[in-house]
Amino acid sequence: MSHSDCADPVRKALLDDLDEGFAELYAAHRSLVFSTALRLSGRRPDAEDLTAETFLRAYRALAGYERDRVAQLQPRAWVMTILMNVWRNCVRTRARKPPPDLPGEPVEVVDPHEGVEEAAVRRETGDELAGLLALLPEEQRAAVVLRHVVDLPVSEIATVLKIPQGTVKSHVSRGLKRLRALGGAR
Amino acid sequence: MTEDSLIAGLAALAAEPPDGLLDRIAARWVSVPGPIGELSVAFTEQGVAYVHAGDGFARAHRERFGRPLLPAARPPAGLLPALRTGKPSGLRLDLRGASDFQRDVLEVVRTIPRGEVRPYAWVAARVGRPRAVRAVGTALGHNPVPLLIPCHRVTRSDGVPGDYVFGAAAKEGLLLAEGVDLDRLRRLAGERVFYLASDTTGVVCFPTCHNARRITPAHRHGFRSLAQARAAGYRPCRTCRPAQPDPV
Repeated sequence: MSHSDCADPVRKALLDDLDEGFAELYAAHRSLVFSTALRLSGRRPDAEDLTAETFLRAYRALAGYERDRVAQLQPRAWVMTILMNVWRNCVRTRARKPPPDLPGEPVEVVDPHEGVEEAAVRRETGDELAGLLALLPEEQRAAVVLRHVVDLPVSEIATVLKIPQGTVKSHVSRGLKRLRALGGAR
Repeated sequence: MTEDSLIAGLAALAAEPPDGLLDRIAARWVSVPGPIGELSVAFTEQGVAYVHAGDGFARAHRERFGRPLLPAARPPAGLLPALRTGKPSGLRLDLRGASDFQRDVLEVVRTIPRGEVRPYAWVAARVGRPRAVRAVGTALGHNPVPLLIPCHRVTRSDGVPGDYVFGAAAKEGLLLAEGVDLDRLRRLAGERVFYLASDTTGVVCFPTCHNARRITPAHRHGFRSLAQARAAGYRPCRTCRPAQPDPV
């Protein structure tokens, strides 16, 4: 794992200068955070909100940390833990007060950077699978997304989700089994 | 769905965030020349959020906004002309950090033209809180964008410039540079004159209103209060709008 040695470049940058370090943190982990947010929430606007909120919270937390604490930080697992907290809060708020305009199906928002062919390929495979992910129970969805969409190691997922590694594995395998069953049923 | 195609399909679900997302999170900053020396200016995608003079900009911004601060390639459109001319010139401002009251105060103060001053009590009256004169002072003391919202143009009615985010001396210097005749204001205040009226137009103004500055001495009349001016048959100027409780 990259953070087991002492030379995490993001941590080093954060120790040098909080604002420049933040730029490094964002550059290093934006895809990871955004991909996870997108596949957890199923909606691009929500994923953007979750990503923005996660990085803002990260910055505000870092601003209050002593140097020692930053020196101990494992930035990737730490920022993903913040994302999971932000997402859970968001889910909880939604459950309490569902917004009136929330449609039943995930809406496709056109990505201006995506070519026509890419979009066609994605629609054939990606959309269907993304839709199936939304049908998984939250803990299975989280485990499957972290393990197989963004490829985090099981040990780090255990840290991020604050559950034992064995539980991570069982969530992942149950999630995959469910996805296969759902995919086959179509 | 086979095991491998499912895993590959999941891996293909990774995605890049849109390019502009970082600018929803972080503010950008530039260093620009200003009328009181070098200024550090922070702005977001909503507009200019913070103007700071002197040291400690990054720390002050962090404490105030809790938002990352990254260098900008260039100043936002309209910033340099606004600083050069002292006019708002359509520059967008980000006042999200301000309370409703503070935002009302800042919006009113933004309309005071270069070269003119208004009393604190006038601002309080214009925001519909005529008794909140001290609160206006506090709101202006926390103006996040001095110079762009010209809080230096709000002065004490006795002709003394009063407090300023960048210090009283800077305030006096700015007003003099804009052509405000502070000596004259102090002299008038010493004579208990806070309004000037013209017997050719029948209009009463604040002394620095451009309409008041045009009055020739032969036709100029000073008043201590707006009530006195009204009693003498003058109506308040529609440009500087001095309709407010009289100074006490």
